[in-house]
Amino acid sequence: MSIDVNCTAWKGFHTGEWRHLVNVRNFIQKNYTPYTGDESFLSGVSPRTAKVWEKASVLITEEIKKGIIDVDTHTVSGIDNFAPGYIDRENEVIVGLQTDAPLKRIVNPFGGMRMVKSALTEYGYQLDPEIEKTFSLYRKTHNEGVFDAYPERVRTARSAGLLTGLPDAYGRGRIVGDYRRVPLYGTDFLIESKKEDLRNLDGPMTDERIRLREEVSEQIRALQAMSRMAARYGCDITKPAENAREAVQNLYMAYLAGIKENNGAATSLGRTATFLDIYIQRDLDQGILDEEGAQELIDQFIIKLRLVRHLRTPEYNELFGGDPTWVTESLGGMGIDGRTLVTKNTFRYLHTLTNLGTAPEPNLTVLWSQNLPMPFKAYCAKMSIDTDSIQYENDDIMRPIYGDDYCIACCVSAMAVGCQMQFFGARANLAKSLLYAINGGVDELKGTLVVPGIEKNTEEVLEYSRVITDYKKVLSYVAELYVDAINIIHYMHDKYAYEASQMALHNTLVERLAAFGISGLSVAADSLSAIKFAKVYPIRNEAGIAVDFRVEGDFPKYGNDNDSVDDIAVELVSYFSAELKKHPLYRNAIHTLSALTITSNVMYGKKTGSTPDGRKAGEPFAPGANPMHGRDIHGALASLNSVAKIPYRAVCQDGVSNTFSITPPALGKSMKERTRNLISLLDGYFVQGAHHLNVNVMNRDLLIDAMEHPDNYPTLTIRVSGYAVNFNRLSREQQMEVIMRTFHEAV
Amino acid sequence: MIAGKIHSWESMGLVDGPGIRTVVFLQGCRLRCLYCHNPDTWATEGGILESVDEVMARLRRFRPYYGTEGGVTFSGGEPLLQKEFLTEILARCRREGIHTCLDTAGCGVGGYEEILKNTDLVLFDIKHYTEEGYRRITGQSPKESLRFLSLVQEMGIPLWLRHVVVPGLTDSDEHLEGLQRYIQTLRGVQRVELLPYHTLGVHKYERMQIPYPLKNVPPKDAESLTQWQERMNPNHSCKENKEENE
Repeated sequence: MSIDVNCTAWKGFHTGEWRHLVNVRNFIQKNYTPYTGDESFLSGVSPRTAKVWEKASVLITEEIKKGIIDVDTHTVSGIDNFAPGYIDRENEVIVGLQTDAPLKRIVNPFGGMRMVKSALTEYGYQLDPEIEKTFSLYRKTHNEGVFDAYPERVRTARSAGLLTGLPDAYGRGRIVGDYRRVPLYGTDFLIESKKEDLRNLDGPMTDERIRLREEVSEQIRALQAMSRMAARYGCDITKPAENAREAVQNLYMAYLAGIKENNGAATSLGRTATFLDIYIQRDLDQGILDEEGAQELIDQFIIKLRLVRHLRTPEYNELFGGDPTWVTESLGGMGIDGRTLVTKNTFRYLHTLTNLGTAPEPNLTVLWSQNLPMPFKAYCAKMSIDTDSIQYENDDIMRPIYGDDYCIACCVSAMAVGCQMQFFGARANLAKSLLYAINGGVDELKGTLVVPGIEKNTEEVLEYSRVITDYKKVLSYVAELYVDAINIIHYMHDKYAYEASQMALHNTLVERLAAFGISGLSVAADSLSAIKFAKVYPIRNEAGIAVDFRVEGDFPKYGNDNDSVDDIAVELVSYFSAELKKHPLYRNAIHTLSALTITSNVMYGKKTGSTPDGRKAGEPFAPGANPMHGRDIHGALASLNSVAKIPYRAVCQDGVSNTFSITPPALGKSMKERTRNLISLLDGYFVQGAHHLNVNVMNRDLLIDAMEHPDNYPTLTIRVSGYAVNFNRLSREQQMEVIMRTFHEAV
Repeated sequence: MIAGKIHSWESMGLVDGPGIRTVVFLQGCRLRCLYCHNPDTWATEGGILESVDEVMARLRRFRPYYGTEGGVTFSGGEPLLQKEFLTEILARCRREGIHTCLDTAGCGVGGYEEILKNTDLVLFDIKHYTEEGYRRITGQSPKESLRFLSLVQEMGIPLWLRHVVVPGLTDSDEHLEGLQRYIQTLRGVQRVELLPYHTLGVHKYERMQIPYPLKNVPPKDAESLTQWQERMNPNHSCKENKEENE
């Protein structure tokens, strides 16, 4: 198994371990050119790109109005199941679409047939009866598998809204193939390499070895299908890419295979900019490419990423509003040797927001380090202020855990590219759990017993020590239940909806992270603070269930840098994380936890009764780890400091999401001042070990106007919770919740 | 331990001095400016008592954000009224290397030298440049504030001047020309900020049931001040101010 060392594709590259083994990081480290300058070298949009983007944007605008453009109801998802499609063939420098036409969506019944039908009905389409028949007669789905195995207690928790958004009816996503392997090595080499792995996977045929052997065999077939799919577009990806255009194109083909085959909630891209810079720089040095050509490659690649779509049900849209795909690209960061991983190509990716205008996808994620070059920090800050399209995550706390070749999947989930994958686990409702502690495990809205063994609290005034003791009992129960649900889900997902093309671009012996999540953190912390520092009188119905609360006196609220309540939030996540870790996971996965809700905080709130913090039944939670709307009254830094206390390492190691909105005047008087201040703000937040920040620089009035007059704001992009959306694509409820959030204003 | 009467605090103020600043609003003011938008800070009684240690502990929490320019701004009310507290906390900030800024109208109770010794920047609010005008707006004599202002200049402390521009009161070209001539006689001026009059504090008067003196005066349009803003800052940041209006 080898590639000719004299092959032209690798000419001029520094040699290293990467030549003999699949090791993209090693290739990058040996060959990349750090860039510490500013953005002045960047080039505008090329005539060809302008034409392609013009056609694409017309379609996108139409789609926002109609919901979807089209669905292929006669074909089942798959790597090579669709004829080639184009936007504007003669002007497309990078080609490839999910189906034979732009924005035409794919039917993927492997996750569940009911979901496909519900989505199609929503948009007025009908599934080809042949497909329905085939699947119902001969092919079991992931969803069916999960429900065959779910015990009653999981079903009860699920329908009460204690566990919600579980990927038991849709693709789990969050699996990021190392798409860079295809341009660097070509599929022939990758197939050879997998075949060798398969030969080595011998010995006693245990469950795990049998399963892995079957999976590697599927991976090999997926790589073959990927090569055939690319060939239909006239692209030979079996060999290493010869130049920058081929590198971009072949990398995209590898990614494209993944989104033809799967409809995972998040189908992230990885960390590609610096890798591709090596090819671009080589072509620039040889004089066969100029800066305009380089930008054209990236612009056209990004156009393709902006067109990624999946067919979703109305229930799904309620969880994850705005039709997101989380084509997350991780940019920047530092290497473990101290050199920055920022290259000129990192700038080119961000520059697409100027050349093509703002857009929610790809989900541009800057890995922030105190040591990033100042001109790059300034450029990011400026682009954030102008476009609201960037999120920031703390490279200085992730690099020690994941090394310097990790990427973010979805919103905040770090994983070493090609070495780790994730079992996505949605989230448990911490606020509802607290109500169970007060109501003897009975659901406050449904009246059903969800958590057994909890004594009903009949005190006139809630006493903190009693409530916290019962709460911990509930959380221990929830943790065990939650692990059981996740084990079942991923067992069945591997069995019935295996992501062969994405897993083919991972090491065969991959490390698995199981990402649990929580919602309602600030509601739970404030509620406990109310019980501890004020007097909370439950108002009970005839069944003795607390349906509302009367609070006497004031209490500290999370979001004001006040330890007496912030410590409660820290204790909660630490306790829940430790409880989860008591229970072993499917395939020896490693437990991680996130405080991230996406837009599901609205839906979670809807399903949760009144809470002791003063939040009324049905009202939304704050998103992610954010303080509750309007309760952070001492300004932005106090709010940020509270969130920064939520521990990342070993506790919330799947991410701590914070979405931050500030009005332009509050950030400074001039653009120069605003840029400088935003840099200080990011440095000050992250130096404390905080994990994630979404930055929106805008006025609330603008959003209100956009809600009333959507036509005036066709491309208004806003960062929500780990991702950006086109504001017009949110439901009215989701829009209202975004507007209710704290906007830090000038005082 | 000396305690201060704190009206409120804002962890991130970006408009009261350079960089990212924590603003501590001290309770109490003797002036009764017609356009005051914080009548709730007038009373010298009230506010929350906090020790110097407590306030310092809070400021330290925000230090990571201050960068090379930011720091703390003591505002009010009139911070100079709490002489002992202010003297002590400014000294402590200086000792810990936190940049200090005083947002004041200069109408305190003496002890200015001790206070200014540890002040890095003074944001001085010029109510009016004539005695008569000053009395009309504040109800007081300008004597105290002038005493303070001359000491600031004597001690060589950088000044940012601020002036509230109220329609019909302080917005005529003639008035602003007079203001500019006056400013030219002052030393150490780094920046002049014309603050357009706004009505965001009116609801506080209603809540406190005191009559609002500028009842029918409309807010001042910020853009109409751009030219004057530039004229008053010939060497400074004209470009930046222009950008602001983009």
